[in-house]
Amino acid sequence: MKYYLLIPFLPLTAFIINILLGKEVLREKAHWPSILAVVGSFFITITSVLPQITAGKIINEDLYTWIVSGTFNASVGFLIDPLTAVMLIVVTTCASLIHIYAVGYMHGDTGYYRFFAYLSLFTFFMLMLVMANNFLQLYFGWEGVGLCSYFLIGYYFNKKSAADAGKKAFIVNRFGDFGFGLGVFMIFLTFGTLHYVPVFANAATMIGKTVNFLGYNVDLPTLVALLLFCGAVGKSAQIPLHVWLPDAMEGPTPVSALIHAATMVTAGVFMVARCNVIFNLSEVAMNTVAIIGALTMFFAATIAIVQNDIKRIIAYSTCSHLGYMFLACGVGAYAAGIFHLYTHAFFKALLFLAAGSVIHAVHTNDIQEMGGLKKYMPITYAVFVIAGLSAGGFPGLSGFFSKDEIIWSAYASHSHVGKFVWILALAGAFFTPFYTFRLIFLTFHGKYRGGHHEEHHGGHGSQHGEHHIHESPKVMTVPLVLLAVGAVAAGWVGIPPLLGGGAHFAEFLKPVVGHPEFHGTHAEEWGVMGLSTTLVMIGLGLSAFLYLRKTDLPEKIAKGFKPMYRMLFNKYYIDELYHYTIVNPTLWIANKVLVAVTDAKMIEGVVNGVPGLIGKFSQQLRRVQTGLAQHYGIIMAAGAFFIIALVLLLR
Amino acid sequence: MVPLSWYMFLSMVVFAIGVFGFLSRRNIIIMFMSIELMLNAVNINLISLSHYLQDLRGQILAFFVIAVAAAEAAIGLAIVIALFRNKATAHVDEVKEMRG
Repeated sequence: MKYYLLIPFLPLTAFIINILLGKEVLREKAHWPSILAVVGSFFITITSVLPQITAGKIINEDLYTWIVSGTFNASVGFLIDPLTAVMLIVVTTCASLIHIYAVGYMHGDTGYYRFFAYLSLFTFFMLMLVMANNFLQLYFGWEGVGLCSYFLIGYYFNKKSAADAGKKAFIVNRFGDFGFGLGVFMIFLTFGTLHYVPVFANAATMIGKTVNFLGYNVDLPTLVALLLFCGAVGKSAQIPLHVWLPDAMEGPTPVSALIHAATMVTAGVFMVARCNVIFNLSEVAMNTVAIIGALTMFFAATIAIVQNDIKRIIAYSTCSHLGYMFLACGVGAYAAGIFHLYTHAFFKALLFLAAGSVIHAVHTNDIQEMGGLKKYMPITYAVFVIAGLSAGGFPGLSGFFSKDEIIWSAYASHSHVGKFVWILALAGAFFTPFYTFRLIFLTFHGKYRGGHHEEHHGGHGSQHGEHHIHESPKVMTVPLVLLAVGAVAAGWVGIPPLLGGGAHFAEFLKPVVGHPEFHGTHAEEWGVMGLSTTLVMIGLGLSAFLYLRKTDLPEKIAKGFKPMYRMLFNKYYIDELYHYTIVNPTLWIANKVLVAVTDAKMIEGVVNGVPGLIGKFSQQLRRVQTGLAQHYGIIMAAGAFFIIALVLLLR
Repeated sequence: MVPLSWYMFLSMVVFAIGVFGFLSRRNIIIMFMSIELMLNAVNINLISLSHYLQDLRGQILAFFVIAVAAAEAAIGLAIVIALFRNKATAHVDEVKEMRG
């Protein structure tokens, strides 16, 4: 019995049950199949898979031959090694808690069964993605999660902004996936197989080879690595394809937490770590990964400072943290990147779910209309602060260990790129706590600023709105508290030796991703840690000073640096840039060429023209039928005469 | 002894009268009678050739033609009566519902 097969296929079963029976039979109980399935997957992971992997066993089996065509052979197979095990823990833990939370959050929604069906389908695809033992199955899961992401972003499909955001996510991802698909083709062309084990075992044969790509001779490892990275850039929302992630916040909050924070968007990081053998062959590719990660981290963090939508701030924070992960991969510290992926899943899912709890209570996303929620929502407030501290890298919490590992790796890689990304990483270490606590202070501290919606009809003013605010039900707060435990303690498995830990996490992943050769003294290590921690404290303190003490100061600063503020507020005008350079020309071509010429003239011309001609011909032909028997008779006689004449003449 | 060509000539003349009558007359009864003429011209042809070739198959076929002609006349006259009840006419020019 291949017990591990149940891990992906339980959620698939739940999806099938829900999509078939959810609407008519299960209705308000539609969450049961999904929750039972994902919790089942979680327990199988913990009780059966994890002990085997920690004991050093690696499962790698082909179970089914999918496609055979000539030398091409694709199979459905599963590979469970330490890297997959980490992803399984992340996915099943977060998915279980978020499923339970969603029972409260989505309560009473008309599409209740649909929501849980898609959530289960997503879980299935995500598990297939991480458990694949070949690139094609990885691609299958990769596209599947993209599809579910589209379904769930556009979940409120009668809201135009949500439908648009879904389309945007899907289309932007196509750009990345195009490169990813080419990368998979290149791997097949080079190695003749798509299975991980032979590909990675023979990866070194690529060294020194070049390939003619678009007329240039390109280094083969660089090309393959960069094409694969294209996919990661799209899926993990890195510059220049990051624009879809903030818009994806139109989806319900549990979706944002599960898909757009904890699991799907980290698939890119997982893929880069999985293909570390290929990436290690190309310095250019590694530097690209590091620089793109660092730039995304920095720019997303700066945008997050001035945004007002609670979920968008966290979305930019996600972009920024994903940048951290790529930065780590780019300097060769894959274990640090995956470690951050693992801790990030907990504190970012928690941030989103806590934000969802707030939205659930106040029915707005704008933090300028919140404030003073601390006394109404003590549990949400507490977990929000824990998540914020963890995300900001406060010493002792999960986020601190993983972030510190990354910053140290960047410093210790001793290259120019390493130094460059290290400086940006330090800047990020300052910005992250700053924007996170700006969010917390504006939401939970001070006075309640919302409620002017009620003024229009109620007349009670803000008091009326404020009294409606209440803590979320237990089904939401319990997952929050459990995730908070994760946000605090998940990082304790990777405490560096410097602080008396064993770096178990890096050791665990060493068979898969190796260990970078870093040289640095203990003094340097202390220095780097001290520096980043100081920056975290300054960020936190500055945030407290600006948003608790001198609450009028931020506005003055914004007025003082108007152009810069406007640039940040408008997200560096990247959406506008894409709108004018890509969206508008594409729409123009679509409207003026494809709709007007290709469609209206050519396709419609053929489709309507052929029946039109037949119709015209028939209009002429029908005159033959006069209804007069004599006409028929004379035609018959003439025909008979003609045939007989023909026979006689041709004899 | 009447030569075969005379029979053939008679048959041709009767057939031509039938064709001409069918094409030129508008009264549906007369058109039926013209059809009968054509059929009988064929019968003359069949029987004379049967006799000439000393082969009975032609005469058997002539019986078939007579049988078919009888059936056709019965059905045809029934149609004519039905038509007359509906349209109060036996003139085919006035019956052109089937015009395309």
